[in-house]
Amino acid sequence: MAHEAEVSVFIDGVLNYFATTVQQAAECGTPFLSLTKVPEMSDYTGIITVTGRRAGLVLFTAPKSMLSVMLMRMQETDMGHENLCDLVGEVANTLSGNARRDFGHQFSISVPQVITGREEPIPYPSNTRPIVIPIGWRNYHARLIVCLN
Amino acid sequence: MLPEIAPNLGFLGPHRLMVVDDSNIIRRRIERANELGELEFVGAARNGVEALAMHERLHPTIVTMDLTMPEMDGVECVRKLVARDPNILILVISALADKVTAMEAIENGASGFLCKPFTDRQLNDALGKLIRRAES
Repeated sequence: MAHEAEVSVFIDGVLNYFATTVQQAAECGTPFLSLTKVPEMSDYTGIITVTGRRAGLVLFTAPKSMLSVMLMRMQETDMGHENLCDLVGEVANTLSGNARRDFGHQFSISVPQVITGREEPIPYPSNTRPIVIPIGWRNYHARLIVCLN
Repeated sequence: MLPEIAPNLGFLGPHRLMVVDDSNIIRRRIERANELGELEFVGAARNGVEALAMHERLHPTIVTMDLTMPEMDGVECVRKLVARDPNILILVISALADKVTAMEAIENGASGFLCKPFTDRQLNDALGKLIRRAES
């Protein structure tokens, strides 16, 4: 797939996820290559390790306030730390898993790893450049970061 | 091990639902979304190992099964549950959206496949199909 088509797969996944799960549309901004520095992280980050024909990372990073409102929209009453971690990992897992429809069966994904805090180092593969897809939902801002060789 | 809610099988409806997913949010969501009166939620497991242990005690007739889980993944768990109980009906609910994955789950004994993300209506439709299949 061409670079643009690959990014479109993830954008479509984001739009479908929000429309289906929290039933309020999200918007994706213009994706950009993070050339000079490591992409900025938010409060909670779900990380999927991709292996197989493609290798690298897919990350979904979002502020605590956004994840809390998403949980409310899902009728969840417990907005505690464990459920926030659970949600951010589940979003990363769903967006990565959905991408297999286009990337194919050999796009193998791990169970989610979750980190909290904006300063945690992310083990980006050295030979790749992260593509950042800005996500707007209500007044909140999150990012999907795709870093595949 | 997660708590079981209905150890006395005598109280239960004709169909007993066990939910298997490593996400607490998804487990609770499936439990809440179930609007089918004839389907009684009996328990939830976080992975395949827990699901097999829970199956021995609760004898669910219908199972929703995630695929990507720690300890034991969903495909292996489907295979083992069907080997124990050929009449069990398993709805795989997974983000893995490619056809090969869906076919692999079906070939190992799953009865249906629902892709994440899903709406409550899609879930109830899929579970309703399994119930009608069980009763036909």
